Amino acid sequence: MEHYHMNLTLKVWRQKNSQAKGNFDTYQVKNISSEMSFLEMFDVLNEQLIVEGKEPIAFDHDCREGICGMCSMYINGQAHGPWQQNTTCQLHMRAFKDGDTIVVEPWRSQAFPVVKDLVVDRSSFDRIIQAGGYISVNTGNAVDANAIPIDKKDADDAFMAAACIGCGACVATCKNGSAMLFVGAKVSQLSLLPQGQPERANRVLNMVAQMDKEGFGNCTNTYACEAECPKGISIANIARLNSEYIKAGLSSEEK
Amino acid sequence: MGLTGIFLITFLIVHAGVNACIFLNDGGATFNEFAHFMSHNWIVRFLEIGLFVGLITHIIQGLLLWKQNNAARPVGYYYNKPSKNSNWYSRSMGILGTLLLLFLIMHLYHFFIGTKVALYSGDRPHNLYEEMKLVFANQWVVIAYLVGVVALFWHLYHGFQSAFQTLGVNHKKYTPIIKMLGLGYSVIICVLFALMPVAIYLKWIA
Amino acid sequence: MTLNAKIPPGEMNKKWSDYKGHVKLVNPANKRKLEVIIVGTGLAGASAAASLGELGYKVKAFCFQDSPRRAHSIAAQGGINAAKNYQNDGDSVFRLFYDTVKGGDYRAREANVHRLAEVSTSIIDQCVAQGVPFAREYGGLLSNRSFGGTQVQRTFYAAGQTGQQLLLGAYSALERQVALGNVKMYSRHEMLEVVKIDGKARGIIAKDLITGKLERHFGHAVLLCSGGYGNVFYLSTNAMGSNVTAAWKAHKKGAHFANPCFTQIHPTCIPVSGDHQSKLTLMSESLRNDGRIWVPKQKGDNRKPNDIPEEERDYYLERRYPAFGNLVPRDVASRAAKERCDEGYGVGTTKMAVYLDFKDSIMRYGRTEAGKTGMENTDDATIYALGKKVVEEKYGNLFEMYEKITGENPYEMPMRIYPAVHYTMGGLWVDYELQTSVPGLYALGEANFSDHGANRLGASALMQGLADGYFVIPYTLGNYLADEIRTSSISTDHQAFVEAEKEVADRLNKLINIKGKQTVESFHKRLGKIIWDKCGMARNEQGLKQALEELKQLKAEFWSDVRIPGDINEFNPELDKAGRVADFIELGKLMCIDALDRNESCGGHFREESQTEDGEAKRDDENYAYVAAWELKGEDYWELHKEPLTFEIVKPTQRSYK
Repeated sequence: MEHYHMNLTLKVWRQKNSQAKGNFDTYQVKNISSEMSFLEMFDVLNEQLIVEGKEPIAFDHDCREGICGMCSMYINGQAHGPWQQNTTCQLHMRAFKDGDTIVVEPWRSQAFPVVKDLVVDRSSFDRIIQAGGYISVNTGNAVDANAIPIDKKDADDAFMAAACIGCGACVATCKNGSAMLFVGAKVSQLSLLPQGQPERANRVLNMVAQMDKEGFGNCTNTYACEAECPKGISIANIARLNSEYIKAGLSSEEK
Repeated sequence: MGLTGIFLITFLIVHAGVNACIFLNDGGATFNEFAHFMSHNWIVRFLEIGLFVGLITHIIQGLLLWKQNNAARPVGYYYNKPSKNSNWYSRSMGILGTLLLLFLIMHLYHFFIGTKVALYSGDRPHNLYEEMKLVFANQWVVIAYLVGVVALFWHLYHGFQSAFQTLGVNHKKYTPIIKMLGLGYSVIICVLFALMPVAIYLKWIA
Repeated sequence: MTLNAKIPPGEMNKKWSDYKGHVKLVNPANKRKLEVIIVGTGLAGASAAASLGELGYKVKAFCFQDSPRRAHSIAAQGGINAAKNYQNDGDSVFRLFYDTVKGGDYRAREANVHRLAEVSTSIIDQCVAQGVPFAREYGGLLSNRSFGGTQVQRTFYAAGQTGQQLLLGAYSALERQVALGNVKMYSRHEMLEVVKIDGKARGIIAKDLITGKLERHFGHAVLLCSGGYGNVFYLSTNAMGSNVTAAWKAHKKGAHFANPCFTQIHPTCIPVSGDHQSKLTLMSESLRNDGRIWVPKQKGDNRKPNDIPEEERDYYLERRYPAFGNLVPRDVASRAAKERCDEGYGVGTTKMAVYLDFKDSIMRYGRTEAGKTGMENTDDATIYALGKKVVEEKYGNLFEMYEKITGENPYEMPMRIYPAVHYTMGGLWVDYELQTSVPGLYALGEANFSDHGANRLGASALMQGLADGYFVIPYTLGNYLADEIRTSSISTDHQAFVEAEKEVADRLNKLINIKGKQTVESFHKRLGKIIWDKCGMARNEQGLKQALEELKQLKAEFWSDVRIPGDINEFNPELDKAGRVADFIELGKLMCIDALDRNESCGGHFREESQTEDGEAKRDDENYAYVAAWELKGEDYWELHKEPLTFEIVKPTQRSYK
């Protein structure tokens, strides 16, 4: 792979705090290596800003290996930037060329208010999990792990759904700001497994109710979420969420 | 949305079926016979109420979705490239639906009101076929109908498979079949609908 | 002060059950009155918070990330060990115990390790019950794989994302307790001080990272589950936010810090590509099952790897360690790679890398596949294609990750790898009950020192984190809190809270008002380089002494010339980072002091003065069979307390992999 260096123009959303009105600022970065990750390019920019006596750009990041789900940038019109099945931290500067202008915005969603610059508050996801994204088993109550065999296909499907990193790219991407992929993934994982059966109906009803309460939009099946999900979570999980919801709604005795 | 959508999809099959009778080229005899049956049979008229309820529900659901979904993103993106992750028509169901609604108003004005007036104003026999020929003699009406049919095609093409997804059907084996069916259905229905005004305007049928 | 590890008497395999049988209990009504603070929500913290919440304690949990689900436990790839013996291959609690003590090069406390092995089986049960989707066989039962340093298959896994799945399991249990009101969660909060009243830990001062406001929180006990300190090296496989601050504040309040120089350097990471590098990415240890490690036989060979003929390649691990070959333990493999690169045989642009080559295994798998379908006489290209498919199935996601980062296709060209800092075996000194030397202050998971000795075996970190949180602390904490039921909640207006908060505020003010010229990041990089060069894979007296001088200089420079933009009362990541780097600089000093004190080689700690004739690590049991617990006596001045290690069961021998 040929290494090269580039000069770039960055147009970045700056917002002092959640109440402030934000705006775009333009920055130049020079001599960026194609080997750098996108966030390392931001590190360079921030160092530059600090030296110049300006305030660095706040952005969320932690593991920088694509698994913690903390990084969250809308880069050139796409969640996590141009590469498929990829997080912002794993995006590398090879994706760009000398002279490019890159526009960077925070996730935009009613349920993800901006905290500062590119940082948003995704605690709504935690509250959805609190509404039912678990199996109620106290520590020490478990039977032997091999006591319940699980169909390999179900186990594999559950795993594929559980691979969600909760980054919120699905919400950021969806034109409706819907969280159905996130909720669908968790509902699917737990309803596919025998351990998840006792709470199956209540779980989906409560999680969907919380999702609506948080102000997420509705799914209109554009499937943009699946295309932009860094972990490739399938929209089959949304269908499963729908069918679980319909079944649970019909069988529920609550009015 | 999915449920009312599927209901409306089934209606279109009947509608297109009856319309297709004009291509028997019998001067509209069969067509008029069916049209008469559809407007006079009390079961059909009862179903008609259901149809309107379904249609209005579909519209109200659509408006609610539009409102809620807009509220879910009060601040939009400055730079957005949705074409990278989704098809334009899947994102444009609201616009397509609005176009269809406008089309529908025109369509009802052309054919539905006349039929109803005829039905309640006595026993003067109503020749829908002749009325159709009259309406489709105007090239602007034909063009408007074609626009409506194109909007219908994309609306159906997305809506057909989308309805199944909404109702919780997504299967490795069957979903591709559903998608093929949806495409076939949308093409056949829309071609049939488009052929009517065109055939009459170009005088392919008597 | 003498160290009392409080190891229960009796036979090794009965200690834990005897302890549990006699431990003091707290009745449910009293539990509701007792408050527990937990700092960190990784495997140890989340599992502890969930379990203690279930028991009825009033729990407050803190994490600096935006959600407890982001803790760095999530990045663990390979798996989790448990002595289930589902494979019927001779595994047992004893063997897991034995392997762990031996793998730790006889510097761990036997009783703790035995307990870890005992509870390991319950962890798997608990996780499966929570819905953790472990890999399964076609019959529906759990699948296992083998990992470095063991001869049995006892590792449970979920593709290459075991840590993620286990953490999400613990996180969901935690969120359930949040929903039930038993746990109150404080995200984007960083603990900046331990509050001590009458010698006991009674709370913390935490900073709301969004508003910058300091908060006082009372607890009858404080649990630190804040992970390891690998980021002292700047470049490591740890997350960017991973830090020692919580543990270091505890240390400053009297908690001893044990074996700080025991750090694990993982042999298979993607090498550094330039000065801009901010972190290193691990390539799972499982790759060494199928990859062969080599360098060119000729120094400074600039040919492309595929152009170097077989006879000019040096498979140095196979050459030096014919018995274990590419599967020697982590510390041995790392040192061997460093040795080759230092001698000038390294590859890649930086010459600080070795090749991990899958060509042979691809061909081997290809021939097996061809054999299955009766295509024995097919050409090499077909065999290669068949084998590639097998390798893709096993390691596909890792190969993809490698390609994303380096832009090179590892199917066509061997991977370039180099060792990187991965885990810290050292940490806060704790007794058998996981209590530090401050009463009421506990340390769990990687934050403590107890179970891995001088080298951790693969797939054991997840096991220890969950063991501590789910199965150990619920018992041992009760033993302490049973005597606290008469202590009602102490008001946070208490003088101790006021003073602690003032201390924190003063320090923050001091930091932000330095208004110097150099960035926090630049100090962190310099610190990392000092520690990596002189207290990294190999250490010697001269280098360590030099490092101490350099650190002194660095510290002085930091406190006089660091530039922190922004204000205190706002979201200010630079200020947060500055506080962490300041603590890392002090820790770095202690690491060097500890490394200097331990004039032997053991596990990940390699003192060049203590090696055999052929360059292998040489342990000195006579003089160094102890845990080095350091007590802070004044600024940058420590006193060493030795906890002697006695080995009743596993008799120390020199490790040999030849």
